[in-house]
Amino acid sequence: MSSSLFTQDARTTARNAAERRFRACGLAAIVLALAALVWLLISIFSAGAPAFRQAFMTFPVTLDEKALDKEGGRDPAKLSKVTTVSYAKLLALGLKAKAEDLGLETTGMKSKDFAKMISEESAASLRDRVLADPTLIGQTIEFTVLASGRVDGYYKGRVTMKTAVKDKNTSPEQLALADKLRAAGVLDIRFNWGFFTMPDASDKRPEAAGLGIAIVGSFLMMALVLVLSLPIGVAASVYLEEFAPKNRWTDLIEVNISNLAAVPSIVYGILGLSIFINFVGLPQSAPIVGGLVLTLMTLPRIIIPTRAALKAVPPSIRDAALGVGASPLQMVFHHVLPLAMPGILTGMIIGLAQALGESAPLLLIGMVAFVRDFPGGFFDPAAALPVQVYNWTVRGDPGFVERASGAIIVLLIFLLIMNAVAIVLRRRFERRW
Amino acid sequence: MNDMRLTERNVASDTAKMRARKVQVYYGDNHALKDVDVDILDKTVTAFIGPSGCGKSTFLRCLNRMNDTIAGCRVEGEITLEAENIYDRRVDPVQLRAKVGMVFQKPNPFPKSIYDNVAYGPRIHGLTRSKAELDERVEQSLRRAALWNEVKDRLLSPGTGLSGGQQQRLCIARAVATEPEVLLMDEPCSALDPIATAQVEELIDELRENFSVVIVTHSMQQAARVSQKTAFFHLGHLVEYGDTGQIFTNPRDPRTESYITGRIG
Amino acid sequence: MNPGFLLLLLLVLGGLGFAIGRNRALSLAQGDSRRLHSLPDYYGWFTALMTSFPGLVMVAIWMMIVGQKRPDLTVLLGGACLVVAAAGFGFGLSRITPDFRARNATERLIMWLLVGASLIAVLTTIGIFLSLVVETGHFFQLYPAKDFFFSTKWNPQFRGGSDLGIWPLLWGTLYVSAIALLVAVPIGLMSAVYLSEYASSRTRAWVKPAIEILAGIPTIVYGLFALITVGPLLRDWFAQPLGLGDSASSVMTAGLVMGVMVIPFVSSLSDDIINAVPQSLRDGSLAMGATSAETVRKVVLPAALPGIVGAVLLAASRAIGETMIVVMGAGAAAKLSLNPFEAMTTVTVKIVSQLTGDTEFASPETLVAFALGLTLFLFTLGLNVIALVIVRKYREQYE
Repeated sequence: MSSSLFTQDARTTARNAAERRFRACGLAAIVLALAALVWLLISIFSAGAPAFRQAFMTFPVTLDEKALDKEGGRDPAKLSKVTTVSYAKLLALGLKAKAEDLGLETTGMKSKDFAKMISEESAASLRDRVLADPTLIGQTIEFTVLASGRVDGYYKGRVTMKTAVKDKNTSPEQLALADKLRAAGVLDIRFNWGFFTMPDASDKRPEAAGLGIAIVGSFLMMALVLVLSLPIGVAASVYLEEFAPKNRWTDLIEVNISNLAAVPSIVYGILGLSIFINFVGLPQSAPIVGGLVLTLMTLPRIIIPTRAALKAVPPSIRDAALGVGASPLQMVFHHVLPLAMPGILTGMIIGLAQALGESAPLLLIGMVAFVRDFPGGFFDPAAALPVQVYNWTVRGDPGFVERASGAIIVLLIFLLIMNAVAIVLRRRFERRW
Repeated sequence: MNDMRLTERNVASDTAKMRARKVQVYYGDNHALKDVDVDILDKTVTAFIGPSGCGKSTFLRCLNRMNDTIAGCRVEGEITLEAENIYDRRVDPVQLRAKVGMVFQKPNPFPKSIYDNVAYGPRIHGLTRSKAELDERVEQSLRRAALWNEVKDRLLSPGTGLSGGQQQRLCIARAVATEPEVLLMDEPCSALDPIATAQVEELIDELRENFSVVIVTHSMQQAARVSQKTAFFHLGHLVEYGDTGQIFTNPRDPRTESYITGRIG
Repeated sequence: MNPGFLLLLLLVLGGLGFAIGRNRALSLAQGDSRRLHSLPDYYGWFTALMTSFPGLVMVAIWMMIVGQKRPDLTVLLGGACLVVAAAGFGFGLSRITPDFRARNATERLIMWLLVGASLIAVLTTIGIFLSLVVETGHFFQLYPAKDFFFSTKWNPQFRGGSDLGIWPLLWGTLYVSAIALLVAVPIGLMSAVYLSEYASSRTRAWVKPAIEILAGIPTIVYGLFALITVGPLLRDWFAQPLGLGDSASSVMTAGLVMGVMVIPFVSSLSDDIINAVPQSLRDGSLAMGATSAETVRKVVLPAALPGIVGAVLLAASRAIGETMIVVMGAGAAAKLSLNPFEAMTTVTVKIVSQLTGDTEFASPETLVAFALGLTLFLFTLGLNVIALVIVRKYREQYE
């Protein structure tokens, strides 16, 4: 033991090396975890960013009376019998005429090829417009169409000249023409507002698919969750924290709540399916069922932070209120609750954010259904943001992967806003006693 | 207890084991210790006394560089162990602490068996070559800490199951198991009852045969009972350092006198 | 008359009751509120609660039992509600005298409301348990329980004669969860150790929330990540070159991604638990000349072990119950195979696939989902209870 402190013996050297290795392992673990986070975000954002831009084409369309209203009576019943196929033809003719007007090279392009450059969805929207205003028939109007998924994909790198050779739905000639149309200003790429407002679209029309119904559906469900779980959650927490006697029964409730918070979310879906849909008879795919299921799932996750917030209010406040003759309920409602409110709201927002991102239980209560009409209320079929993502990932057309990733970006932005609000609330109003 | 003993007790050694010169300690901007010069003599018990917050514990923690674990703590000046500066860049605190052991205010046995608690130091420093040697080391340390007879039948039961006084003696056994040259004790009796305190004090006196011991204490009686040298700290200064008998009977500095007679602190 | 309208009507009636009750009390006291036992508002609240509350309870019970099955009968409900509301209003008003202890009566009623709210959690559990048990009972009437528990084949047929053995699904679930834990436990634990023992408080202040972001990301995002990024990558770089298969969805894909998802559960729980280990133990070890690594490995981690085991069990229960990642990343083929690059399926995947689409509730192929759900529920419940008990015991040890 008389060795000098200035020289490290072999054992100490080895131990210090082990210390450095251990430390490096810890650092590596953190780096790995953060790298996974970054990788995940980059992968989703790079896949989803193109969904916010979209190729549109604007050109004059002649609404030929012969094609749309042979008898000329403008009889709505007869007009509505004309299918989108006829409108699609008119659009193709319009595009072809425009291309020829501009003197663009169209060798190898049949009229079918022009039709393929235009989204099928646009024929439907042209038809809707004509049905709403039959006087348009016979006129020539400037009309903006969505480019087809393939042409759109060409500008997002999903489709190339090489893949187009083998693709039934497009051809190198179409893409070449698209380039020329773009140079001529007919085709242009703009911000895709439709992604936020349009309903879902069928399997072959990724370019027309939007999040409109999903956003409305998610909003309706969140409103229901908020309205139900805030009062119930606060009432339950107040009872358990302030009034409940400490006995076996309340102990059971407490264990029960912490277990409910950890029950897999899909189990709540089974609950919703068998109780709300099969037993009560509420409609499938409806926000009312989704909202109720998410409320039950969120309640325990709200009660836990709410109780923590109540517990953080010091007993001296309670003594002071009781000391001036307030009843226990007055003490809670006049003093404890207002002081605990920032903590309660923070917990509530985080609970809501979790509910907003939840998809598994909604799959079971039919929120996967294909819905084209905006819901008019809580009992109408609707979609939900996360389920819409899932829905799009199982579709065949690769254009839907971009839509799904884009939808996730929208979802993440909502969550980011909610969490930012929660953080601000906590920072601004949290008291340290 | 018998305060008269202290005049009879002779200081065993005059060779300085550790030497501190112009030691300054800063916590961030706070200058906690100013210009401390102390010699810790070999095979001697040195007591640090002074009111709360005077810096005595801080200085004790400088002696085995436990202050390194506190963020924002900075030490200047020179502290040597056998003429080697322990704050030299070449010094590994790990090796230093094997030579300068420490016992804390609150007994802190590891949640392991009594045996494993004592064997911890020898194991990490690789001081023994065989199980038999380790067994022997554990027994010897427990005997030195006057705990062997009480625990020899339950070496494998958890150390946290002992009484407070036994736990503290276990911690002392754990500290002496690495055969340190200096043993630092930070108010080792403040969490103990009077009987346990008496046992630990007796033990400290015995430990003096093999180690030099530095003890921080709040109790002046304790300092008088167990130490041969005493240093009085006040507001970050080392006010007075000398033989225990002289400090308590004939202090030179008026501040020391006020403290000893109970007027400050 | 639809129930939503009824609810609104009852609330409006309650509001009217409040105004009338309050006025009546004041007029009885000749406008001097000091003659009343309680504040005038309490007389209002009392009347309002007496008016609308019984009706609200009736509507709620009606919704749970009859629901929307008999829209024609809601007129009946509406009538009944109005009668009850009128009776309650009359009763409430008749009780009002200056000496009536309106505050105490109101508070008693509100207390019952609070108790009722806390019972919803219990009702939820009962609801989950009953719906799972009842439908599982139906399932076992149609399909032998012996085959469900002991058959190693899963092969549902729509025309009957299905094999519905749970083993391939359990195997897939456990395999995926095991890989997830193999990823998450070392990474989560080591990050927690680094953050609590080595990192400066500034590093800690931003790294800890950054890792916790992983827990805030919806599982559907992880699912998509598995589907479009991790799956193809594993297939192209590992499975195909090694000749282990050519499926993008595989146990490995789902397991790795789920592992990333579970990291924050392990790390933040372990972090709490490691921080609960008293500093005095660390000081004791460091003062003996132990290095930080030795202190962590030989003192801190053993002391924190029960808590960490609890954290790992919670993470395991999380992994077993996770749905979206396996639905999108693991595949749909029920298989008992050791090859991690093969697509396999799990209990949760099959619950989803048997219950989505057109659900015909009489067939064992659909009802099996409830038996799977019950298995999953009991499994995770068991893990949670054990974990909670361990963690609770551990906390008590250092309090």
